[in-house]
Amino acid sequence: MSAGGLGGRRPASASAFDVDALLSDRGTRTVVCCGSGGVGKTTTAAAMGVRAAELGRDAVVITVDPARRLAQSMGLRELDNTPRPVDLTESGRAAMPGSLHAMMLDMKRTFDEIVEAHADAERARQILANPFYQSLSSSFSGTQEYMAMEKLGQLRESGGWDLIVVDTPPSRSALDFLDAPERLGRFLDSRLIRILGAPPATGAFKVLGAGVGMVTSVIAKVVGAQVLKDVQSFVSAFDAVFGGFQERAERTYRLLQAHGTGFVVVAAPEDDALREAEYFIERLRTDRMPLAGVVLNRVHRTAVPGLSGPDAAAAAAELEQAGDHGLAAAALRLYAERARVRDREQWLMGRLAANHPDVPAAEVPAHPVDVHDLAGLAEIGRALGRA
Amino acid sequence: MPTGTHAAARSGREHKLPGVSARDRDAEAVRLHVVTGKGGTGKTTVAASLALALAAGGGTVLLVEVEGRQGIARLFGTRPLPYEERPIADAPGGGRVCALAADAESALLEYLEMFYGMRRAGQLLTRFGAVDFATTVAPGMRDVLLTGKATEAVRRRASERRRGGRDAGGGRHVYDAVVMDAPPTGRIAQFLNVNAEVAGLARVGPVHNHADKAMSTLRSAQTAVHFVTVLEEMPAQETVDGIAEIHAAGLNVGSVIVNMVHSGFFDEPVLREAAEGSVDTGALVRGLKAAGLEDAEETAHGLAQEMSEHAQRASAEAAIRARLDEVDRPRMELPLLGGGVGPEELHLLAERLREQGL
Repeated sequence: MSAGGLGGRRPASASAFDVDALLSDRGTRTVVCCGSGGVGKTTTAAAMGVRAAELGRDAVVITVDPARRLAQSMGLRELDNTPRPVDLTESGRAAMPGSLHAMMLDMKRTFDEIVEAHADAERARQILANPFYQSLSSSFSGTQEYMAMEKLGQLRESGGWDLIVVDTPPSRSALDFLDAPERLGRFLDSRLIRILGAPPATGAFKVLGAGVGMVTSVIAKVVGAQVLKDVQSFVSAFDAVFGGFQERAERTYRLLQAHGTGFVVVAAPEDDALREAEYFIERLRTDRMPLAGVVLNRVHRTAVPGLSGPDAAAAAAELEQAGDHGLAAAALRLYAERARVRDREQWLMGRLAANHPDVPAAEVPAHPVDVHDLAGLAEIGRALGRA
Repeated sequence: MPTGTHAAARSGREHKLPGVSARDRDAEAVRLHVVTGKGGTGKTTVAASLALALAAGGGTVLLVEVEGRQGIARLFGTRPLPYEERPIADAPGGGRVCALAADAESALLEYLEMFYGMRRAGQLLTRFGAVDFATTVAPGMRDVLLTGKATEAVRRRASERRRGGRDAGGGRHVYDAVVMDAPPTGRIAQFLNVNAEVAGLARVGPVHNHADKAMSTLRSAQTAVHFVTVLEEMPAQETVDGIAEIHAAGLNVGSVIVNMVHSGFFDEPVLREAAEGSVDTGALVRGLKAAGLEDAEETAHGLAQEMSEHAQRASAEAAIRARLDEVDRPRMELPLLGGGVGPEELHLLAERLREQGL
């Protein structure tokens, strides 16, 4: 089925998001795809990477936990933190003016590398062996987001990439990846962790009074004394590298705000996903992050623009009553069911457009089958480009 | 809802709960329904429908959400839910559904107060950011607190005094069932495997005991994990993987609930041909003319295009169904509701679940 084959109307107030213009602009150095889970964020990021290569860019896509077949379609076999070249000859186009690399993020390894870069060998060894560090680097909520941003900063600074497309992790909340670096930083630099990290009976305890002793004892009760000990030895070893950490996080955050970055909010025309998208649009604005546009995946379109769902249902009922023309009646019933879905989608997308008339949007038509090869990604990329 | 008991048997424990009276006619019945699914599959909708279905006929069911998304309030069209169990809907036959939006912070404060009488300490902890700290240094703790809250509601009995947490025994269960709108499939095994989560951290102490209590309920035949999916490749794959993980964690898998199923409009041969782009447009034109529609030719062409798209989807869906057939668990299906879901639709979906033998 050709991607743009079915006519569809855009909600009146929003302008079209010119994805080709974003991707072909040499000034665009980073594209960050964000949105709630299950909306096709990774697919969008990958499709944009393929499209960028078609437009002559040398692009790299950083993915986080892609579906197996999508990863395979890009030639990714494992989480190895190394951009791998993607063979674009299967994308259905003979000559490709640009190139594409892809990598899967290994969050623990990324974390380890930062520690190794900022601490001397002995201290790095101590930190990496610390049980608290191990749980922090593999399961602190937000570490994945932080590390995705860290990796982005690294690739951007390496200067080897013309365009970096980042797929953000499937967060519990879409805000996580903006907040995570700061949250982790705040956590590691918090008064509490300083106090806990300090040996007892030093100044901090005296100043803060008895409350602290109580807090420490409650925490010890709740998480166990051993955990506190691990935290304390982690903090004293980590102290030396912390400044470097914080600085990197701030640099990456500023990089996101800088000219050359475009945020793409990915959504599907469903209530929850669109609410999340709106939330995200507002948040990006608050943080003065450059929003390029919204991509609406899996939009259903009509092949018969002049026929309404209720009219189709009425016609089907008439035929069913007469008892013949079974095929036409069934086709009309199908049409009426699909029209209900489309009408709701249009209504939901209209709500987004009305609330954010200044945010351009691009639609990707729903495919009858899932996309899991380069040709499919290229087709989505082109559909985005034409929007 | 049917349950699997072999995983419980594998855990090698007997769950003869003290104080189980004759009133609990079937001590092995599932009372904690954990509902998971990939994002976008309608997990919250299914959890809410399941709660309504279980309450039908006069039961009292608690619907718990654990991710702070306020999805339940949105579905039922109410204001955001507090950390408090309160009635949210009536079910047919005098049943009642209560809802609770659980969050780790409130659960921790409640827990400290209940077990240590530490109200003041709790307030201090909040002020110091210590709650965030505690749930952070022990990442599994957040999950333990949330599963702990849900499993406590499963065990709670009418005569039991909540404060002090003693099991007075004898009384009726306050809730006939608890339905949890759980984290998505990708995180469910880790979320429920609370023992493993805290094992590396709090080696001894109250959190460990708390986790043990939660775990004994989660591993018992009283708990089943239901997987919500749609007939698409990725959600189905995650379902298959998630089920394997839940089994490996020694927990019981309940049903696979296929959500948003399109109606079948055509016979198999028609579908097969339509999938290849071959539709009897002549017959469509004649039918459309008989129904008095304008532009019959053009409309027929458009309908044929939609039919072949539908048929392609249907054939992809058949392959996904076959994949789900390999999972040896009961399967239920819920229809696609094109117009979105509100309280009325939840009742309809609940009815469908009941029809399918819930």
